[in-house]
Amino acid sequence: MGKVKKSPWVLHYDGASCNGCDIEVLACLTPVYDAERFGIVNTGDPMQADILLLTGGINAQCQEVVKQIYEQMPRPKVVVAIGTCACTGGVFKEAYNILGGADTTVPVDIYVPGCAARPQSIIDGIVKAVALFQQRSDEHDKEKKTGRREEG
Amino acid sequence: MSSVIAIVCFLVLAPFLGGLLDGLDRKISARMQGRIGPPVLQPFYDVRKLFNKQTIVVNKAQTFLMLTYMAVQIFVGVLFFAGSDILMCFFLLSTGATFLVFAGSVTHSPLSTLGTNRELLQMMAYEPAVLLTCLGFYLAPPDHTFSVSELIQTPVSLILYLPGFFVAFVFILTIKMRKSPFDLATAHHAHQEVVKGITTELGAKNFAIYTITEWYEKVFLLAVVALFIVNDNPLSYIAAVIVALAVWFLEILIDNTCARVKWDVLLKVTWVVTLLAAGVNMLILMLVF
Ligand code: SF4
Repeated sequence: MGKVKKSPWVLHYDGASCNGCDIEVLACLTPVYDAERFGIVNTGDPMQADILLLTGGINAQCQEVVKQIYEQMPRPKVVVAIGTCACTGGVFKEAYNILGGADTTVPVDIYVPGCAARPQSIIDGIVKAVALFQQRSDEHDKEKKTGRREEG
Repeated sequence: MSSVIAIVCFLVLAPFLGGLLDGLDRKISARMQGRIGPPVLQPFYDVRKLFNKQTIVVNKAQTFLMLTYMAVQIFVGVLFFAGSDILMCFFLLSTGATFLVFAGSVTHSPLSTLGTNRELLQMMAYEPAVLLTCLGFYLAPPDHTFSVSELIQTPVSLILYLPGFFVAFVFILTIKMRKSPFDLATAHHAHQEVVKGITTELGAKNFAIYTITEWYEKVFLLAVVALFIVNDNPLSYIAAVIVALAVWFLEILIDNTCARVKWDVLLKVTWVVTLLAAGVNMLILMLVF
């Protein structure tokens, strides 16, 4: 049913990072980049979110949190890893408590590289995520009709 | 017959009007902040998407409570546009709000519980002003009545007798419309310290229900603002619409210029304004007329 791509609500979680990417994500919502013009809302609530933005690597402490956030999000949903840390573990990769990038814990769909990732590339990543979100939503509707469910 | 038309118009048009006002609200807010802002129809896109998502309910009772909340709030508007008793409307409005409080508290999430407590506190803050406003409508000459259908046929606009009540009502409208500085229980803006407060644990579909209910409620509240202006002259309806829109714009302006206050400030300020504006006006009305 319909175009959901006009209303992607993002949820942002900052894992084990230097907070550089964290700040760049917030910069996307400022007047210069104004992500809200695409209908993007930065919601804090996983139960109402569509796109999960992860910044920073995953460590033993935040792994459970990330898992839980992901599970609380209703389908269809998309995960975006932002910054080198979230993609691979980045500069913290060798640290004793770092498990690696976001994909060690949840299935990541889109990787946005950069240290820190620039707002332009973050918005680019989100736009790609929105396209994927629409595709998943269409599949979700089909499943609802046929009663079958696949992953996603 | 005309009341039937009014009811049907309210039922059909209120969500569109409310959603449109919401969209314009977001657009104007964005412009005030130097941003372009989302399309005006964005709230409708949001609700359509929310209905399209997987259903996740934390507690089965929640959906029932939210639907009841919606039904009661819509019924409030129906009563109002049918020209019924305004006191009844506001009593029902508070009854409906308690269902939202229940829906927020059945989930036992700490954030939602905190939001619920704040919602109760907000109700405590605005209820006196709401009740006094009803009383003001009753005390206003010539015919002492609570009936909306009679209140719209007064020879002069009621605001001439009730300026203090008008101030108090517009003041608590900031709380009712969940605008900063009084958006303690849940906010329309990105994050706050209690995430989404009372609506935190609402799944996507319940949140859509909540949003639509808010649209109905907004139209009802602005209609009450218009009631201050309307009199037996048909032209007064135009003035009423203009005043209602001006009040709505004022709320957006307040929203974008004020930082959120703590609960004790909210309570004190609201009660002081209510007592000073509505209370004094009431005394004058009782002594003079
Ligand atoms: S990728 Fe670079 S800027 Fe981003 S969180 Fe890691 S270290 Fe910080």
